[in-house]
Amino acid sequence: MKRLAKWRLISLFAILALVLSGCGEPYLSTLNPAGEVADTQYDLMKLSTLIMVGVIIVVMVIFVLVFIRFRRKDDTIPKQVEGSHKLEIIWTVIPILLLLVLAVPTVAATFKLADVSPMDKKNSKALVVNVRAHLYWWDFEYPGQKIVTSNELVVPTNEKVYFNLKSADVKHAFWIPAVGGKMDVNTENVNKFWLEFDDKKANDAGNLFYGKCAELCGPSHALMDFKVKAISKDKFDAWVTAMQDVKEPLKASTAAASEGQEIFNKSCIGCHAVTPANKMPDTARIAPNLSNFGDRSRVAGILEHNKENVKKWIENPETYKPGNLMTGKYGNLSDDQIDALADYLMGLKVQE
Amino acid sequence: MSTYAQKKGFGATLWDFLTTVDHKKIAILYLIAGGLFFLVGGLEAVFIRIQLAVPNNDFVSAGLFNEIITMHGTTMIFLAAMPLIFAFMNAVMPLQIGARDVAFPFVNAVSFWLFFFGGVFLNLSWFLGGAPDAGWTSYASLAIASKGHGVDFYILGLQISGFGTLMGGINFLVTIINMRAPGMTYMRMPLFTWSTFVTSALILFAFPPLTVGLVLMMFDRMFGAHFFEAAMGGNTIIWEHLFWIFGHPEVYILILPAFGIFSEIFSMFSRKRLFGYSSMVFATVLIGFLGFMVWAHHMFTTGLGPVANAIFAVATMAIGVPTGIKIFNWLFTMWGGSVKFTTPMHYAFAFIPTFVAGGVTGVMLAAAAADYQYHDTYFVVAHFHYVIVGGVVFALLAGTHLYWPKMFGTMLNETLGKITFWTFFIGFHMTFFIQHFLGLWGMPRRVFTYLPGQGFETANAVSSFGAAFMSVGVIVMLINIILTSVKNVKVGNDPWGDGRTLEWAIPSPPPFYNFKQLPLVRGLDAYWIEKMEGKKGMTPAEPLGDIHMPNSSFLPFIMSLGLFIAAFGAMYHVDKVSWALPVMILGLLITFGAMFTRSVKDDHGFHIHKEELMDDDDKGVKA
Amino acid sequence: MHAEEKFTYETWPAAPEKSTLEAKNKFLGFWFFLGGETVLFASLFATYLALKDKVPNTNMPLAKDLFELPLTFVATMLLLTSSLTSVYAMYHMKNFAFSKMMVWLGITALLGAGFLGLEVYEFSHYVHEGHKFTSSAFGSAFYTLVGFHGGHVAFGLLWCITLMLRNAKRGLNLYNAPKFYVFSLYWHFIDVVWVFIFTVVYLMGMVG
Repeated sequence: MKRLAKWRLISLFAILALVLSGCGEPYLSTLNPAGEVADTQYDLMKLSTLIMVGVIIVVMVIFVLVFIRFRRKDDTIPKQVEGSHKLEIIWTVIPILLLLVLAVPTVAATFKLADVSPMDKKNSKALVVNVRAHLYWWDFEYPGQKIVTSNELVVPTNEKVYFNLKSADVKHAFWIPAVGGKMDVNTENVNKFWLEFDDKKANDAGNLFYGKCAELCGPSHALMDFKVKAISKDKFDAWVTAMQDVKEPLKASTAAASEGQEIFNKSCIGCHAVTPANKMPDTARIAPNLSNFGDRSRVAGILEHNKENVKKWIENPETYKPGNLMTGKYGNLSDDQIDALADYLMGLKVQE
Repeated sequence: MSTYAQKKGFGATLWDFLTTVDHKKIAILYLIAGGLFFLVGGLEAVFIRIQLAVPNNDFVSAGLFNEIITMHGTTMIFLAAMPLIFAFMNAVMPLQIGARDVAFPFVNAVSFWLFFFGGVFLNLSWFLGGAPDAGWTSYASLAIASKGHGVDFYILGLQISGFGTLMGGINFLVTIINMRAPGMTYMRMPLFTWSTFVTSALILFAFPPLTVGLVLMMFDRMFGAHFFEAAMGGNTIIWEHLFWIFGHPEVYILILPAFGIFSEIFSMFSRKRLFGYSSMVFATVLIGFLGFMVWAHHMFTTGLGPVANAIFAVATMAIGVPTGIKIFNWLFTMWGGSVKFTTPMHYAFAFIPTFVAGGVTGVMLAAAAADYQYHDTYFVVAHFHYVIVGGVVFALLAGTHLYWPKMFGTMLNETLGKITFWTFFIGFHMTFFIQHFLGLWGMPRRVFTYLPGQGFETANAVSSFGAAFMSVGVIVMLINIILTSVKNVKVGNDPWGDGRTLEWAIPSPPPFYNFKQLPLVRGLDAYWIEKMEGKKGMTPAEPLGDIHMPNSSFLPFIMSLGLFIAAFGAMYHVDKVSWALPVMILGLLITFGAMFTRSVKDDHGFHIHKEELMDDDDKGVKA
Repeated sequence: MHAEEKFTYETWPAAPEKSTLEAKNKFLGFWFFLGGETVLFASLFATYLALKDKVPNTNMPLAKDLFELPLTFVATMLLLTSSLTSVYAMYHMKNFAFSKMMVWLGITALLGAGFLGLEVYEFSHYVHEGHKFTSSAFGSAFYTLVGFHGGHVAFGLLWCITLMLRNAKRGLNLYNAPKFYVFSLYWHFIDVVWVFIFTVVYLMGMVG
């Protein structure tokens, strides 16, 4: 039976090592909170963990004592005890008190995180983003700024951003782990919540947080990632202006890219918009808006952002996102055509 | 020797099991069928861990992965854990209350065959175009959008097996209320019987919402209704509510019998009466009751609003209190006892820290605002495997070792049993402990792969490695079962030597009428009381007389088969195949015909006469 | 007491539905079954209330445009009366008056059949007005709730007739008395469910 004790010791050290080493990545982990929402949630996590570790210690002490003291040594029959009212009251009342300690901040936090009243006020200055989830990509509309972008959310730091979430097909969930808990994206109603992106933490994360879909939505659920560019208010305003200035599709700058633009206008523009204005209703925006594609950090939300990957993606999106709705919609393109197309797309930059 | 105990050939034995209404044989059927489905579900789990062992893996495709996770969850919950629990309930509960069978032996057989055919139907999906792929929760928007017949298999298979479970629940409730032996008051019932009682009540009230949900989804997918189609006025949140109104009690349906088995083990192998018996009963009932008040904690992120979330958060935390009461009562049952570490006791002992770990993460999850972070991540996966594997599966493995001699008359090998325990236990913690962190680091659940560079690699590799250990444990257990069955060393009434309750007062396995004379129960732990007074068996409560027994019947099999056939018709009806509708009608006719036959035909059972029982002297309760 | 034993008026027990263990089990088990059925209908009611008047476009009829009191009132009366006649039948069962029991059971079945007939007429009427099972979530929910009840009535009718045919020549004994009794419990149950449907679906529907 010595093995048991040893194993416990080893596992204890393993846990300790994990705790010391593992808070995860700053752009992804809930244990590196980067904003008010995530902070609130992290505080609750710490409080509940603390209480629960207390409970575990009490249980383990009794557990180990039982193991050491009461193993069967001979055939004597132990005294048959019915119970103890005193003990039973103790282990009923103390847990109730502990849970109250946890329940009060839980309820307070639940109400705080659900407070979206500023976005519903008339003439509200709050920044609102309408999120539309589609099978394996995300559409972000800024109704106040009248612009649309996709797969890469751009937000200012140190201010509350409000979200309207709705799905275009099946249920998804919108989650930026480092910045705050998730919210489901339903098919029949708009869910609202807010997040705040901390400036310092955003810098630590290279100004780029990872976002994920957290509700099983089909084969490529695992790959329905998006990125969040969290930048200072000034930079954000500059970005908005740059986006608003794009009234016509950006002109290709090289010969190859112009060729690509022609191909794009023939094969792709039916689904993909290349102007950021939100003139179309959200139901008509059936594929990611590519106005500022060249500025983005990932191809299709998952692949490293370079020309090679753009080409690979156009060649066969099914390899990278099984079950996506783009595969087979644009006929066969030759290698040269794809190359030109990639040149054009990589050149779609609204900012230098 | 008795005329009833003759050696039979294979064909006769098979026919015997196909037609049996004996609760002990039905228990064996549940054990075999549930065990096989457990292996299937386990294999699916291994595939999941292989796929996730390294990033960007292509061991299985994305679509196939979703089918595997769906079937893993569905199989483990509905086709493995529940039937295995039913196996022990059937095998043990009637013996524990001193009954000769359950209240409705015929219905008991129907329950089994419905479950069996439902399970087979569901698993046939693998060979008929693909398994369901919308997760075991089968959330409506995805399930409606799912192509092919996978989700149809889920809908129909679960309906069929769900009926069986519901009837089983009613059966146990009535058995416990009406058929207790003289002197067996409610507060003298062993805790496993109590947990069977509460579980059955939960089944009775939890399964109808699931049935309704499945019917609505069936209407949507197969008959053109629009319950879940937003554009037609439908609402998918209805499915979430119905599913979780069932789904939350369902986890208590699984865990309460596990608590019951552990309560028996702690008490037996500590040679002590269960500490705080009445508060244990109270806690069991309270957990069962609260189980219906907390379903929306699975929907904290659905957008129900802060009021609902706060209420359900607090209600969920409240469940921690009765569960805590139980943990401390178990610890204090051992305190001052004489604890013998048999294989079942290994599981019971290991269950305490494991389940406490699963319980505290449960309380963490209850904190609604924090749950927005945990929800649908690997943290949740880790949590429910800690309670379901650390609680339910540990209990099932413990129960298999504990009750094997009572069911089959021979003991499983203890050394191999302990090897199983250690490999399974170590593998389990290795697989699932690390998953808490994966979730907190930002890994969502139900992902078929993950990209490199997110810090998930090492933890996933460790987790997959642990799964290998668990598999080894299960294989050792299978070897143990085979070796034991081949050797077949017969044991007596009380093979563990520490039996306290009535089932240990009669032979292993018991004669088909269980008790020659119904025993007189004089207190909690009825058999222990007699043993302490130096008696060898129970005092009979009635003179030796004729025993009325039910007849065997093939109708339960036919009834269930009919629904199985009808389900194919209903499913292919969508494809407008000409044979679908006739097949559906034929199936229903078979079922209703069997029901009609059952109700019209006289079936009064038969009597075992006093004289035969007297010949049968080596069996039954000795007066 | 043996189940098939022959009885006279004098030897017939006061509570024949609960005088053997099998009967007691059946009696209790059926009550539990009805408990489960209650949850089943509660779920259907909740679904209906959530989807009431949820239609894809404004041209489609809503509850207040559809339901008319006279027809459903007559249906309600038929079913309520049939519940009463089944009570008479059980009264005679307890008094060992087999033929009188059969007559009242027959009347019960007839009233039930009348109710079903009205329901079929009512449904076809709605379909003409554009309120179909497949036309909207409201339609799906309505026909599912009311149809589930109708299905229960139809099953009850079959059950009643089967019981009457099977026992026509055998008379009353302790084997079949509980069967009659359990049927009457079932019949009361679907009656109670109808009262709720009448209130929640029709009366509340007409109010708007």
